[in-house]
Order: sequence, then structure tokens, then C-alpha cells
Amino acid sequence: MNKARHNPFNTALMHGALILYTLIALFPVFIILINSFKERRAIFREPMALPNAESFSTIGYETVMRQGDFFLYVQNSLIVTVASLFFILLFGAMAAYALSEYRFRGNMLMGLYLALGIMIPIRIGTVAILEMMVATGLVNTLWALILVYTAQGLPLAVFILSEFMRQVSDDLKNAGRIDGLSEYTIFFRLVLPLVRPAMATVAVFNMIPIWNDLWFPLILAPAEETKTLTLGSQVFIGQFVTDWNAVLSALSMAILPVLILYMIFSRQLIRGLTSGAVK
Amino acid sequence: MNKPRFRWHILVFLAPAVIVYTAVMIFPLFNTLRLALYSRIDQERVFVGLENFRTLFFDPIWAEQFWNALGNNFWFFVIHMLVQNPIGIALAALLSHPRLRFAALYRSAIFIPTILSFVIVGFAWKLILSPIWGIAPTMLDWVGLKSLFAPWLGKEEYALTTLALVSVWQFVGIPMMLIYAALLTIPEEILEAGEVDGITGMSAFWKIKLPLILPSIGIISILTFVGNFNAFDLIYAAQGALAGPDFSTDILGTFMYRTFFGFQLQLGDPHMGSAIAGAMFAIILIGVCIYLFGIQTRMRRYQL
Repeated sequence: MNKARHNPFNTALMHGALILYTLIALFPVFIILINSFKERRAIFREPMALPNAESFSTIGYETVMRQGDFFLYVQNSLIVTVASLFFILLFGAMAAYALSEYRFRGNMLMGLYLALGIMIPIRIGTVAILEMMVATGLVNTLWALILVYTAQGLPLAVFILSEFMRQVSDDLKNAGRIDGLSEYTIFFRLVLPLVRPAMATVAVFNMIPIWNDLWFPLILAPAEETKTLTLGSQVFIGQFVTDWNAVLSALSMAILPVLILYMIFSRQLIRGLTSGAVK
Repeated sequence: MNKPRFRWHILVFLAPAVIVYTAVMIFPLFNTLRLALYSRIDQERVFVGLENFRTLFFDPIWAEQFWNALGNNFWFFVIHMLVQNPIGIALAALLSHPRLRFAALYRSAIFIPTILSFVIVGFAWKLILSPIWGIAPTMLDWVGLKSLFAPWLGKEEYALTTLALVSVWQFVGIPMMLIYAALLTIPEEILEAGEVDGITGMSAFWKIKLPLILPSIGIISILTFVGNFNAFDLIYAAQGALAGPDFSTDILGTFMYRTFFGFQLQLGDPHMGSAIAGAMFAIILIGVCIYLFGIQTRMRRYQL
């Protein structure tokens, strides 16, 4: 062991710096959450204090429940996110398999074509996307969002998944072929289960941006019955700016689902980010 | 030998992804660029060539807004490069220290802002910085700096920088994670060899680790660039589509939204909106090309 690298003073300094930054990162979330459970006067008089028996109140949540259709928004967000992830993974894995498994003319070119979208944001095409959705009558449906997010997620999905599919052993696939399995069966039965970790990484990468997107819900599906949670809370908070209880409660209710998702998937996400999948 | 049969399964595997991607992403992208060459005159779509771009760059009313948004966008990007990425690298360097306890806990906690939506982040900071609520002045008071407080989001000269810093606060987790991953791939032997030569601590970071993670820093820079030049949500959530006060926080994303969708008294104009999208596309393309051909190919990569 080397002394220079294990100096207790340095260790304390490092923990100090990390704790300081952790506080900076968590403090705003914490302040919003605790104040959402306080009555109006306590919010202003003692913003830093935890709610106690005297100041505890759920009036903000009651307003939110009465005025906004939060469960519908959450449901819309869930449908859009889950459906988009399903299509990204299914179509992405199929295309990645075709590119990594078979040699055919134009293979390289097709790979490059699909990779273009990694760097070019889909938002640039919004004007024409809106026009197309209006023409096909998909405006104000969840399908408009699902299609856009699927297209947005595919390039990176194909890129990451084909890297992983190249590592699946050829012997396994050839054994399947000798046993008379069709190419489809080999893909769904043999290859897909083996790249499940990579699929999880892709899913987690796409989940958060889709759930949090404001741009496309605002433009493609602003109707009351198709609002996602992000757009719904934006509109709700905009209307209730002066009702601090309601605003804080709405913010907390928007934070909670993401926090829960994060707690479930954080290991997967961090493993994905640090496994070098995006290099 | 027979000519090999056409392998239908390749087509079946590729078709869904290629169709969705082409129809919803590539085609609209080019269609938007095409729409930028048209204009609506008397309810009819007329081809006007580069007229819209001339208006955007040189017409006094449009040009002022455009250059303002572009300048603001550059400042937004500069703040990210100067604040977000160094903090991210520093945090990653601390976290990657061997045998640091609770590293996973710090990592997960610091990443939390990144998973929140812009709407939450925008409003949360708006409340915290609000002079009515008084959280920010109270906290400044604790460290004796209360006199520094100003309603930052309401002042023209501070609002953009404040929002950029809020965005930095939100996204610092991404450079942190990517650099952390890069630092973990550095083999222990190299660091030990450095120690034998007396290079430890800070100088090990500057002389050994930093050169090895330069490619990752390059990737983060281009990701930041692309992300910043199509940013919209945070500004919209915090300041609305008018990007107040007096357009001081207007960036290309909000400018495009206002132009093509219309806002309050302004009527939406999809063709001018497309022209702005075209300009954004060009800027992003130039940035990506500079990175791919100017930086990435010249960067020295070390075989580890």
C-alpha cells in the first residue's frame, strides 16, 4: 500500500467535497417536497423547516386532485413511454440483428444511414412532422408521440444493440440452423435472450428523455385527454402560479413517479452509462 | 452453382426500423428544409428560394431576434463547457478514487437532478430564487453574502446565465458518469508505474489520467453542443415562450417555437419556422463535422 494515495486528510477532503455537491444536487428537490406538506403560512415563514404537527397540511394535494387530472396524465405518460420503448427495442433489435448477422450489399451504408440520427436531433424536423401528423389525423393522439419517440430512439438502439449482437457466438446460431430452426426463431429464441442486458441499457437510456419531453407533447398532443404528465404539470402550474400549496404539491407529484422509476432502474442505468455503451 | 436465393428475412428484420426512422425522422427533416424555401402568400404556398433566409439574417426585425437568440445560445453553451464539464470531471475524479467509501451512494444522489423533467427543474428553481419566498436570500444570509442577492431570473443581465447554471445543475450527472466510466478503464499498472516515478495525487491526474480521458471529454463536448443548440424546455418552463425578460433568455429553440407555432398576438409561420430549423440544422452539422474531422481524428488515442 502506498501512503501517498491513502492520506486520511485527503480522504476527509474528498468526502467533504462530495457531500457538499450531493447537498447542492438534492437540496432543491428536498425543499419542494417538505414544503408541499405545509400550510401556506408555514411555507413562507419557515421555508427550511420540516413540516410538524402544527404546520402539516395536504391542502395543496387536495387542490391538485380536484383540479387536475393527474392520474390520466400519468397513465398517458406510461402508455407513451412503454409503447415507445417496446417498439424501439423490437425494431431496433431486429435491425441490429440484420446488420450484425448477415452480409449483404449495402450493409455498411444502411448502418451509416441509421446512425445519422444519433447526432441529429429529431426536433429540427418538427414543422414537417406536425404537418404530417395533421395530414394523417394523428394529431392529439398518443400514437403521434409513440411514433416520434420510436424514430428518435432507434438510431442509438441499433448502434448499441448491434455492437452486442456481434459478440453472440456463431456456433450457437449455426447449431440452431443445423437443427432446422428458421432465422426468425434463431433471433427470437436464441439471440434476444442473450442480449437482454444490452436491451435493458437501451430501455433505461430512452425512458427518461421520453418521460420528460415537453416539446412534442406541447406541439403534437396538447389536448386534455392526451396530455402527458410533463405537459400536464407545466400547464397546471402555469394556471396556479399564485397558489403555492398547489404548485408545490403538483411539483412533488411530478417528481415522485420519476424518483420511483429511478430507484428501480438506477443500477441498470448507471451500469449502462459506465459500461461504455455510448463510447 | 445456383444464384443464392433472395434472403427475405433480412428485409423483414430491417423493414420496420428503416420505415419508421425514414418516415418520421429523415423525411420530415428534409421536408422541413424544403418548406424553408416556400412562403405563404394569399393562402397559397409559393416557392421563394432563399428569401426566408434573407429575411431571417438581414431583415431588421427578424435579424435582431435571430442574432440575439444565436448569441444567447452560444453563451448558454459556453457556460456549460466552462462550468458543467469541469465540475463533472472533478466529481468523476473523486468518485473513481480506489477504495472511496459510499461512492455508489454519492453517484446515485448526484445523478438525481438529471432524471427530473425540465418542468420540475425550471419551476423548482424559479420558486427557490424567487424574492417572494426568500429561500435564496436566507441561504446567502447564512454565509454572509445577502447583499449579493438579486431577483436573478427577472433581470435582463443575469437571467440567461442563471438559467444556464440551473441547466448545469441538472445535467452535471452526465459528464460525471461518462468520465467516471473512462477513468475506470485506466489500468492500475499505468498509475503504479507513475507512482514509481513519483507521480501521485494531483499530478497523476493532470499528467496521466487527463490525457487518457481526452477522447471522452471530446464526446461530452459534442453531446453538450448538440443538446444546447436544440434546448428549449427549460427556458419555456421557467420563462415562457417569450423568453423574458425582454427576450434576454431567448435561444434558438424558443425562437423557433414562437415563430412556427405563434404566440399571443404573433401568428404562426411554419415557413419561417422551417428556416430557423434549417439554421439550427446547419449549426449542429458544422459542430458535429468540426468534432468528427477536426478534433476526433487528431486526438491521440492510447492503446491501453
